[in-house]
Amino acid sequence: MTLPTAHQSLLSTEGIAKSYGSIVALRSVDISVASGEIHALLGANGAGKSTLVKILSGVFDSDAGSMTISGSAVNLKGPGDATDAGIATVFQDPALIPDLSLDQNLTISGLRHSDVAPWLERMQLAELDFGLLVRDIPLATLRLVDLARALAHDPQLLMLDEITAALTPEQTDRVFDVMREWKRMNRSVLFISHRLGEVLKICDVATILRNGRDVAHLDLTGVDEAELVTSMLGAELARESMSISRDAAPVQGAVTDTDNDVVLRVTDLQYRDKINGVSFELRRGEILGVTALEGQGQSELFSLLSGDHRPTSGEIEISGERLSARSPYDAIRKGLVLVPGNRHEALLPQRSIRENLATPLYNRIGRWFSLVGDESERVDSVVTRLDIDTRAASQVGRLSGGNQQKVTLGRWLVSDFEVLLCFDPTRGIDIQTKAQIYELLREIAAEGAAVLMYSSELREIPLVCDRVLVMYGGSIVHEQDAGTATEEVLLTAAHGLKSAQA
Amino acid sequence: MSESPSTAPPVDATDEPRPAKPSIARQLSARPQIVLIAVLVGLIVVTAIIEPNYLSLAGLRNSAFFAVPIGVLAAGQTILMLTGGIDLSIAMIATASAYVAANQSPNGAVIAIAVGLLVGLAAGTANGIGVGVLRVNPLIMTIAMSGILLGLFTGWATTIFAGSTRMHDFIITLGRGTFFDGNVPWSVVVWIGVSILVLLLLRRTGYGRNLYAVGDNAIAARLSGMRSWQVLVVAYGISGLLGAVAGLLMGGRIGAVDLQLAGFLLLPSVAAAVIGGTSIFGGVGTYTGTILGALILGVVQSMLTFLGAGQAVQQVLYGTIVVGLSWMYMRLAAAQ
Repeated sequence: MTLPTAHQSLLSTEGIAKSYGSIVALRSVDISVASGEIHALLGANGAGKSTLVKILSGVFDSDAGSMTISGSAVNLKGPGDATDAGIATVFQDPALIPDLSLDQNLTISGLRHSDVAPWLERMQLAELDFGLLVRDIPLATLRLVDLARALAHDPQLLMLDEITAALTPEQTDRVFDVMREWKRMNRSVLFISHRLGEVLKICDVATILRNGRDVAHLDLTGVDEAELVTSMLGAELARESMSISRDAAPVQGAVTDTDNDVVLRVTDLQYRDKINGVSFELRRGEILGVTALEGQGQSELFSLLSGDHRPTSGEIEISGERLSARSPYDAIRKGLVLVPGNRHEALLPQRSIRENLATPLYNRIGRWFSLVGDESERVDSVVTRLDIDTRAASQVGRLSGGNQQKVTLGRWLVSDFEVLLCFDPTRGIDIQTKAQIYELLREIAAEGAAVLMYSSELREIPLVCDRVLVMYGGSIVHEQDAGTATEEVLLTAAHGLKSAQA
Repeated sequence: MSESPSTAPPVDATDEPRPAKPSIARQLSARPQIVLIAVLVGLIVVTAIIEPNYLSLAGLRNSAFFAVPIGVLAAGQTILMLTGGIDLSIAMIATASAYVAANQSPNGAVIAIAVGLLVGLAAGTANGIGVGVLRVNPLIMTIAMSGILLGLFTGWATTIFAGSTRMHDFIITLGRGTFFDGNVPWSVVVWIGVSILVLLLLRRTGYGRNLYAVGDNAIAARLSGMRSWQVLVVAYGISGLLGAVAGLLMGGRIGAVDLQLAGFLLLPSVAAAVIGGTSIFGGVGTYTGTILGALILGVVQSMLTFLGAGQAVQQVLYGTIVVGLSWMYMRLAAAQ
C-alpha cells in the first residue's frame, strides 16, 4: 500500500455498501483519511463518489459496512451526528433554502453571522448582503457561503464535493488556501473534483472508486493525469478517451463564408443591464464557443436565444426569420433548442428515459392525440447512438450525471433542430462521457446543424469549437479562431483585459 | 480492499452478488398493483365472512353501483393530480351538471345529456383557465369554483331551473338499470367505456405524456417546448366533463336531483386516486391503480353497510385512508 503511515487515521471505513432500490451505488468501499492530509476521492460519474460523501456526512444510512472516526466506531444517524463527530461537508448542490435570506438560512443551521464572517472575508465576500434571498445570489457565491458555513463548525474533516465546478480560477485559489491551512493544522480534507489538474496540484493521496468499489489507493507524488485517468476508467477505456483530440474530430474548414450559410444572426441584443449590444453570426456546420467568467451575461444570452425570456431590444434571426418568442415553444418550432446548464431544469426525474427523450415530439397540439408507439424507432436509435446506460431506464432521476446529460442532449436528436444551444454541457461529468459529448457535437455540426456552446472550461474550447467568443460585462469582448485559442489568451479576455496576441 | 495496491486497476468483477435487501417496501414499490389486487380480494373475503350473501351477483353489484361514480370522478382527480393539481369542485360540478340535465329532461335524453356534459366542460375549462392562464393555485381555484357553483345553483333552483328535477328515463336506465337478467348494471358499461378512453389518453397519446411531464417538472416541460397552460386548460376541461358523466350517473341512480346529490363523493374520489398510488405532487400514477382504488372503496362501503355503519363513519374512514396512505406512499418514495 502506498498510504502514508506517518499520520494517524482520522476516518476510515470498511465495506461500505449502499443500494437505491435495485440500483447498486456502492458495493464495498474501504477508505482511510489520515490527519493532516488532503485526500482526493476520484472516479467516473456513477462510480459512487457522491453517495459515499452522503454516507460519511450522515445524510444516508449505509446498507452494510462500518465507519470509525479517530479510532472509535461510529454510527451516524443524521447530519447532526456527523457535525458532532467533527465532519463538515459542502455538497454538490448548495444546501440552502432559495426563498429565505442568507441570514435566515444561517439561523436555521444554528450559526450566527459572526461565525461565518471571518471565513467570508477570506473568500473576499465580506461585502455580501445577508438580507439577499438565496435565489438571487449567483451559484459561485453560494458555494463559497456553503464553505464558510462548513468551516464555521471548525471540523476535523472537511469534505468538498465538486466545489470548484462553478468557481472562477481566483475563487478556486482561495478555496485551496483554506485547504492548505487545514492541512497545516493537522486536520484533513476530502476533495472531489473532475478537474484532475486541480487534484494533482492540491492533493496528497487519492482513493479511486469504480463501479462502487475502491479500486486504487494512490500517493499522488509523481503521478500524472494519464495515470489517474487509467485508474478511474480501467486501462482499456482510458486509451480511448485520452486519444480524443482536435485531430480526431471531423475536419474544420467545411465552414464557408457565404452569407447563405448563416443560420443564426444576432444583432445588437440588449437585455436589461445584463446584455449590452451582443451581435454575432453562426453558420451551418459550425461550433461556436462562448466563454466567460461567472455572471457576465452568458446565461441571459442563452435564455434569450432559447425563447425563455424576451430581449429588451435587438434582433434574433433564425434561418432568415425573425424570432419573436413568447416561450421556448416558439424558439423550438424555429429550430433553436437548448440544453440547459442545470440538468434539473431539463429532466423529468420520475419518468423513463424514453419519455424524457420523446418529450418535444408532442409539443404541438396537432400531435397531442397521436399515438406514442410511433416514437420507438427514433428513441431507440438515439439511445444506441449516445450509448445511454438503460439499467435505470424507468426513472431518469436515478441515472448518473453523465447519462442524464446524454438524455437532455438526446431529446433534441429525437426531434429536429437547426441550432443547438448548449450551456456548459460537460460540467461535472466524467471524462469518458465528456469525450462522447465532444464527438457528438462534432458529428452534429458535420451533419449540417450549428452549435452554440458556452463552456466554463477553457481547455475544451480548442478541442470542440471552430470559433470562440469571450463575454465580459454583457458584451462580446473577444473573438478568434478556436484552434489557436490558448487558455491564457481566453482567460485574459474573460477578465476584460486586452491581450497583445489577439 | 487488498486487491489493488498499485496503480494498475484490477479487472472488474462482474459476477458480484448484489447486496439485495428484499423487503415488503421494495416489493410494494416495484409492483403496487399486485398489492392493490391482493387488498381488494382480501376485503371481498372479509366482507363475505361478515355477510355470506355478499358473494352473490347482487352483493357485488351493490359494490359496483357505489364504485362507478367514484371511479369516474377519480379519473378526473387522477388526470389533475398527475399535473400536480386537484379538483375540489368536481363533486359540485357533478351535481350542477345533473341538475341542469334534469331540468332539460322534458326536452329529451339527447338534449339533457348534451347540456349536462356542456355544463361540466364549461366549469372545468373555467378551472383550467384559472389554474393554467391566471396561475391561481389549484386548491384555491377549484374550491372557489365549488362555492360559486353552489351559490349559483341555490339561487337558480327556484328561478331559471325551477322546472323538472326528475331525470329522463334513459338517464335513469344508465344510472340504475341492468341487463343480463339484472346482473350487470349499465353504469358499469359506461365506466368501462370511460376507463378505456382515459387509459388510452394517459398511456398511449402525446397528450398523456404532456400531463406527466407538466406534473413532474414544470420548468423542464417549458424548456423542452411544452405550453403548460394549454395542457392544463384541457386537463381541467376533461376533469369537468368526467364530473358531468359521474353526475348524470348519480342523478340517474337516484332518479331525481337536489343540491346534495354528489357532494359526499368528493373525498372518496381523492381517496381512490391516492389508494391507487397517484402522487398528489404530480408526475406519478396510473388510472389502473385508481380503478382498483375505486373498487376497494366500493367493497369497503358494502362491508360498512353490513356492519351497520352510517355515512358519517364512512367519511371518517375515507379521510383516514387518504391521510394514512399519503403517509405510506411518502415513506415508500423515501425508501427508494
